[in-house]
Amino acid sequence: MAERMGFFTDTSVCIGCKACQVACKEWNLLPDDGFVFEANSYDNTGALGANTWRHVAFIEQSRPVPVDDSADDGVERWLMSSDVCKHCTHAACLDVCPTGALFRTEFGTVVIQEDICNGCGYCVSACPYGVIERREDDGRAWKCTMCYDRQRGGLEPACAKACPTDSIQFGPLDELRERAEERVERLHADGQAEARLYGESPDDGVGGAGAFFLLLDEPEVYGLPPDPVVTTRDLPAMWRWAGAAALSVAGAVAVAFASSRKGARR
Amino acid sequence: MVPEAEFQSYYGRPVLKPPVWKEPYGPAYLYLGGLSGVSSVMAVMAEFTGHDRLARTARVAAAIGAAAGAGLLVAELGRPARFLNMLRVFKPTSPMSMGSWILAAQGALSGVAASTELTGILPAVGDAAVLATGLTGPLTATYTAVLLADTAVPAWHEAYRELPFLFAGSALASAGAVGMLATPRAQAGPARVVAVMGAVVESVAGVVMERRLGLVGEPYRLGKAGGRMRAARVLTAGGGLLASIAGRSRTLTALSGLALTAGALCTRFGVLEAGRTSTADPKYTIVPQRQRQAV
Ligand code: SF4
Ligand code: SF4
Repeated sequence: MAERMGFFTDTSVCIGCKACQVACKEWNLLPDDGFVFEANSYDNTGALGANTWRHVAFIEQSRPVPVDDSADDGVERWLMSSDVCKHCTHAACLDVCPTGALFRTEFGTVVIQEDICNGCGYCVSACPYGVIERREDDGRAWKCTMCYDRQRGGLEPACAKACPTDSIQFGPLDELRERAEERVERLHADGQAEARLYGESPDDGVGGAGAFFLLLDEPEVYGLPPDPVVTTRDLPAMWRWAGAAALSVAGAVAVAFASSRKGARR
Repeated sequence: MVPEAEFQSYYGRPVLKPPVWKEPYGPAYLYLGGLSGVSSVMAVMAEFTGHDRLARTARVAAAIGAAAGAGLLVAELGRPARFLNMLRVFKPTSPMSMGSWILAAQGALSGVAASTELTGILPAVGDAAVLATGLTGPLTATYTAVLLADTAVPAWHEAYRELPFLFAGSALASAGAVGMLATPRAQAGPARVVAVMGAVVESVAGVVMERRLGLVGEPYRLGKAGGRMRAARVLTAGGGLLASIAGRSRTLTALSGLALTAGALCTRFGVLEAGRTSTADPKYTIVPQRQRQAV
């Protein structure tokens, strides 16, 4: 396997241009999601889905921002963040896929083979981030491939390529993690105490995300789960409980027949 | 009562995607799988204890349940023509993969067992097949709990301890009900006992589950899902009580069998709906994760 590749999305320099969202649509030939006015700041897309593999979230806040000692109260803050599939180390979608359509690539990313997916929908319910979705007219599940085709051709993914501020950085995951550490320290030193990394730790519930973020507020403000856990972590326990229930079924039926046989003899 | 939870979200939008499994397919399959699985175990025991007439009912119910259930599963795929891709890999991390193999075995074995019973051809083969369903049956009836629990859906995942027992109870009640409805009363004694035990297990597991889950148990109590779960409880308890005296008359048998069947269906439809509700409101995703982090 080649080096594990990833995305580091630094939302502190995101300008909300949606170039990533458009580049992703263009490169991957994604159908439109309909044209709906959501009245949620500049976001009329809402969430990641079968036809949206990069999604820019917009959050308009009015609250004090500590710029320096003379900072005003009530400075407006406008958060923007480009969300994407996390390409989890322990990917629930991949674990539960019964056909083997979802697989781990040589770049350490998680990709669906659309010629194998039979649209069972299991991955949709398994993803703790609500990323993957079934395309209703086509019946199959779709999500970000981290531009598997471009990577195989030695190119960086379309979103990272198009990002004008380098908010989206693509590269070997180890390097990105180091760079992100430095960036968050720098922001803290500049007084941005609320800057934090999300998904960078290999010790989190999904074993670390292959696409991680620098956020300026709590994850849930951006629509991200605060403490996602890969559901299959509990799978051995689930089977143990189901095994106990299966034995109980067999036992109950055996008792039912044994007791009525005694009755019949009497 | 769970206090109103404080939490932040992105415009109140859900974090998770709703389950794609739809009514009636998904929940009807859960019911049929349970019916088939427990009917097989009943067929095995009936064979050993010489309950010939009940054995016949159970074999047929097991085969019909598995075949009809498999049909519903295929119909629910986004690409039904690719259903055989389910048997492309054997994947222990995927309960749906394991379930496909279990169901394939259960369907084939129970089909053989029922056809030899009805045609009288190769009875020894049928007996061997029925014996083997003694293994696949209990798995068919309970793996579906793991199928639902092994997701990010809060109301399903958090219930992974109780769901197998809820489904096991529901399956016992379903198969007991069909056994007593489709077998002459004098020979349906064990089916009635199975039905009563199933009603008890289903009721107890349901109550324990809702109690233990706390906030995430709320979807089982509110709205459409709550209505179905309450209906299930009444029908199952009533049907179970009636089953204990159903040996006395045909009317009692019919009432009990139908109430238990309706109860089991309500449970399955209720659980599906509760899962959907728990993904629709970000509260059920965010608040428990925050609480977990706070400890
Ligand atoms: S974020 Fe969801 S879809 Fe992406 S790899 Fe993780 S589990 Fe799979
Ligand atoms: S919908 Fe497709 S990719 Fe998702 S789990 Fe099913 S077969 Fe796998």
